[in-house]
Amino acid sequence: METVQADQSSASRLPERSGPAVTLKGSVFTLPILKLSSTDLDLIENELNLRLSTALDFFKNAPVVIDLEQTQDAEQALRFSQLEALLRKLNLVPVGVQNGSAEQNSAAINSGFAILTGQTVDRVVESRRHQIEETPEESNDSEEIRQGAASVFVTETSKFIKQPIRSGQRVYAKGGDLVILGAVNHGAEVMADGNIHIYAPLRGRALAGLDGNSESRIFCHSMEAELVAVAGNYRVFEDKVPADLYKKSVQIYLEGEQLKIITLD
Amino acid sequence: MATIIVVTSGKGGVGKTTTSASVATGLAKKGYKTVVIDFDVGLRNLDLIMGCERRVVYDFVNVIQGEASLKQALIKDKRLANLEILPASQTRDKDALTLDGVGAILDELRQSHDFVICDSPAGIEAGAVMAMYYADEAIVVTNPEVSSVRDSDRMLGILQAKSKRALEGLEPIKEHLLITRYDPNRVQDGEMLSIDDITDLLGIKLAGVVPESTTVLQASNSGIPVIHDESSPSGMAYQDLVARILGEELSFRFLDPEKKGFLKRLFGT
Repeated sequence: METVQADQSSASRLPERSGPAVTLKGSVFTLPILKLSSTDLDLIENELNLRLSTALDFFKNAPVVIDLEQTQDAEQALRFSQLEALLRKLNLVPVGVQNGSAEQNSAAINSGFAILTGQTVDRVVESRRHQIEETPEESNDSEEIRQGAASVFVTETSKFIKQPIRSGQRVYAKGGDLVILGAVNHGAEVMADGNIHIYAPLRGRALAGLDGNSESRIFCHSMEAELVAVAGNYRVFEDKVPADLYKKSVQIYLEGEQLKIITLD
Repeated sequence: MATIIVVTSGKGGVGKTTTSASVATGLAKKGYKTVVIDFDVGLRNLDLIMGCERRVVYDFVNVIQGEASLKQALIKDKRLANLEILPASQTRDKDALTLDGVGAILDELRQSHDFVICDSPAGIEAGAVMAMYYADEAIVVTNPEVSSVRDSDRMLGILQAKSKRALEGLEPIKEHLLITRYDPNRVQDGEMLSIDDITDLLGIKLAGVVPESTTVLQASNSGIPVIHDESSPSGMAYQDLVARILGEELSFRFLDPEKKGFLKRLFGT
């Protein structure tokens, strides 16, 4: 299973009358991907039969995305309408293709497939690594500290922020990690479905594993937080962070139901 | 083309209007054609501190609503020829201001002046947003206490998110930190936040420190901006602030506690 990101489209509103009949919204779905390494339909049918027989009803009427990367240079062109019929026969619902060549894409469109450009999870990781390398060394150039440039890069799953997060501001990295170079000040709130890394003082609130991922962690350079939470288990520092942790580099994680805070050195 | 500077803080009573009056006066004294605008519609104070309250005929709201021309509403300062004041209305509220109306007035003032100083009302609502929206630079006024610093932090976030420069992705607003009512003795005793504490929390460049002093209050009450009092520490601190805004690098004065004599130490103050 790999994640496919649907394109975000904003809700459109019809003229005010009796309310809109249609609302367009973007959403993220996890779809199975069928990677083809051959264009031979008989071979595909045989193998699919074998695999699906062990999967019981799990794939019954499941939407699938067809990955064409390994068939781009195949001698025999893929016949998309026959492929579709084959998949339907096996109770699969082909919705689209990805990583196809230009000819494959146009053939796929003619047979009623959608072209998906979503990144799979390992691709996101790859591009994230790439973009971190591209980010210039921390400069004090004030031009960097601007809301417009706040999200210096945003892949579908991770957020990277250079400027301080100030009182009253909230940042949420949906579906991934949050990396912050500036301070998270008192009264600010940072959240992520994954891990949170703060290479500066954490004075406000940090909530990792917001979607329930108990493996998520919070890392910060100087622990001065008001509240920290991992997967809903939180700790409030009503007076002050304990002296042995205060202003120390720490990591925060869950051990069972217990929130652990330990220094990094 | 004028530079528009907003004087803002979030919290009330920290010295925004005093600062607006003194910075505008200081810039005019240096020969720049300057206008200072009171955005605190309904609670106008700037005219009192500038000593021109009896000369207010038309105000900011009259100009926005087309009831008077800008020329009619601008009041010439009685001491400096190249300083003008645009007073707020006392009888209206902040809803009388519109972004387009404010923008049109600022555009007109930009053509004819070197500096436009916008004295922001307290809070983070419409009035304060109007005052900072078109700004090129901001003086963020803070007292050395926790709630004031927290509110300034909030205001900085708003400057970086809701100003015209932020929304249009232009070069961001240049931020200057001004600490007022600073008392080195009370900092030493741990009653007030130190300059390091404040700059550490806010993370912007310090442009001035005005010491706590009775001369500020006296100046306000008599309608003479304190920067005119060139021999007082407060007046000198504001002169330094103006010089730093204009790009000069000066060392900070009045940061050390006064040395108490032997008898004073023995008997307290």
